[in-house]
Amino acid sequence: MTTLKKITQKQLFLPLFSMVLVMLINMIYDVAHGNPFYNFFTISINSQGILYGRLIDILNRGSEAAILAIGMTLVVSASAGTDISVGSVMSLAGGVCCVLLAGFGNVNVNSYAVPLWVGVLAGILTAGLCGAFNGFLVAFLKIQPMVATLILFSAGRAIGLLLCNSAIVYVNVESFKMFGGYTWIFPTPLLITAGCVLVTALALKFTALGTYVQAVGINKDAARISGYKSAAIIFLCYVVCGLFAGIAGITATSRIYSADTNNIGLNLEMDAILAVALGGNSLGGGKFRLSGSIIGAYTIQAITTTLYALGVSSAQAPVFKAVIVIAIVTIQSPVVKAYMKKRKAAKQLESGKEVHAS
Amino acid sequence: MKKKRMNSNSILLMLTIALFVVMYVSGCIAYADKGFTKLQVFLDILKNNAGLICVVCGMTAVMITGGIDISVGALIAMECMFLAVGVEQWGLPAVALLPLMLVIGLVFGMVQGYFIGYLEIQPFIVTMAGMFFARGMTAVISTQQVSITKSELMTKLSTMKFNMPFAIGAYTNKKGKLMIPNVSIYVIIALLVLVATFLILRYTKFGRSLYAVGGNQQSAALMGLDVKKTRFKAHVMCSFLTSIGAICYVLNTMCGTTRQALGLEMDAISSAVIGGTLLTGGVGNVIGSFFGVLINGTISSLVKTNGKLSSAWPNVVTAILLCFFIVLQAIFARFRKKD
Repeated sequence: MTTLKKITQKQLFLPLFSMVLVMLINMIYDVAHGNPFYNFFTISINSQGILYGRLIDILNRGSEAAILAIGMTLVVSASAGTDISVGSVMSLAGGVCCVLLAGFGNVNVNSYAVPLWVGVLAGILTAGLCGAFNGFLVAFLKIQPMVATLILFSAGRAIGLLLCNSAIVYVNVESFKMFGGYTWIFPTPLLITAGCVLVTALALKFTALGTYVQAVGINKDAARISGYKSAAIIFLCYVVCGLFAGIAGITATSRIYSADTNNIGLNLEMDAILAVALGGNSLGGGKFRLSGSIIGAYTIQAITTTLYALGVSSAQAPVFKAVIVIAIVTIQSPVVKAYMKKRKAAKQLESGKEVHAS
Repeated sequence: MKKKRMNSNSILLMLTIALFVVMYVSGCIAYADKGFTKLQVFLDILKNNAGLICVVCGMTAVMITGGIDISVGALIAMECMFLAVGVEQWGLPAVALLPLMLVIGLVFGMVQGYFIGYLEIQPFIVTMAGMFFARGMTAVISTQQVSITKSELMTKLSTMKFNMPFAIGAYTNKKGKLMIPNVSIYVIIALLVLVATFLILRYTKFGRSLYAVGGNQQSAALMGLDVKKTRFKAHVMCSFLTSIGAICYVLNTMCGTTRQALGLEMDAISSAVIGGTLLTGGVGNVIGSFFGVLINGTISSLVKTNGKLSSAWPNVVTAILLCFFIVLQAIFARFRKKD
């Protein structure tokens, strides 16, 4: 009993539990359809020499959300607010990259106008600039994160559209398709995600950044009085979030080798926020766990893929997502937590009395 | 101190109204040859934004308590689809479905309000779930675009026009026919909602408690206000007004699609912010929000009248205005703190 309790109280319990639940549903579904129960987990190398399987698909498709979730975790932790502009910024980054690569005004090209790295770097830096803008408003002008990021939420995608002349800009060059394609046998987005996670995790582990962010998130003023530059740390978090949005945007653009500004990153900010919440991180700021958010992001993708496999259309899937969100937040609700604690205390009191009586 | 606070808020409101007037007048001057000066153009802005006006009233009430509701657009889509499919495919009478839409709104608001008020979960997350749910349910009802054609009542309501009294702004068109500017019934509904919300917020006990809760929860609780109940009621009110907005919306578009009212929640929030409502709560009024809607409507109307500009421009301009007002509010807030 006590070990069980210990396990359920771990922060990673929630995302891992949901993940296992999704896998179980998949296994039951497979068995019911006469497939071996391990069907969901099979990974093989197909004729084109790349890894193939449901798990790989989930890892591949969930990359953008996972990359966004890294930045979102930092932002949520430091400023107790969410950055709702990331999806829009993704689309802008993709737009900037493609417009530069194709040359302004062209909509379909077979060669680069500028070297590949210039376009990619410009896309990511634009996104970083957007992050800096958000960070400036939140950290120095002390504007509520949601309102501050609302500006770029509506402007980012629109600026991207203006850059692309409201057209979809195609960049038909093999090397540009690399970021969304395959490297050796692995899907490249997966490798990009792994790189982003590794860099962030190392930065958090070997510098005091993680502690700073948490300290600022728990109490901004106390942190400032203790000598942390609260505003600068919050600003940095938003810049990092913007940069990751840029990387996600380039990945998403490269997948379809075109800047479909209207649709890239649409509603992805919601997935990123959901991933943070599902990872057991409080949306009220403070302590955070990066691993939780990453697992959360992939869990959401697993749920989506499972729903599609079960025959739910992509437009109807949000209903299930809503139920999941409500279930998660209800468990985390302070009122429900307090109630559970009270019940536990009452139970202990009762059992204590019994011991006494015997 | 108190007087000063009133002042800085009314300065913001004045700025919003002045901005609208400047924008509209300059539009009239720039596009005089394209008929922007006609009264009908202004009435069409009201007509196209009737649903948004209702929504923004509810949104303002929620934002005054310090909350937010991002489910409104999805709720409108769900209710419009419900009505459209109900009339067209299930063959139900619109007379029964219209009140049912309001009931759906009430129930939706009560569920959200319960989670926000009584379980103390962040409004953003709860209404995000609400948004997912409503958008998904829209697709569950139907994934097609359903136009409303079978219901006589709906057609009648949709085309019902009220001419301006005393033929204000009347003009003769090219064929020599006298055109009297008119408004549709849903514009009148929206304006009634606006007036009602204004009165509720300003003169009722419930309205005043919204400001108290938004200003400072602890002191509101110490004053003896039921904070949980107030927040609950605010969200019920928002969803209810959104349902009225859905009726206005469906009368204007006469169809239900899964992509209907996409992003409407952000239009409502930005209108309220431009109108001087603070997301931190405690400050705001529906008149400002109404002018926020008018500013947004004027921008899209100007872009439409121009005809050459990309449809992305309204978003960019709104974002710039939003940025301007937010920064201004932050500066005012800083001055207030220094006093």
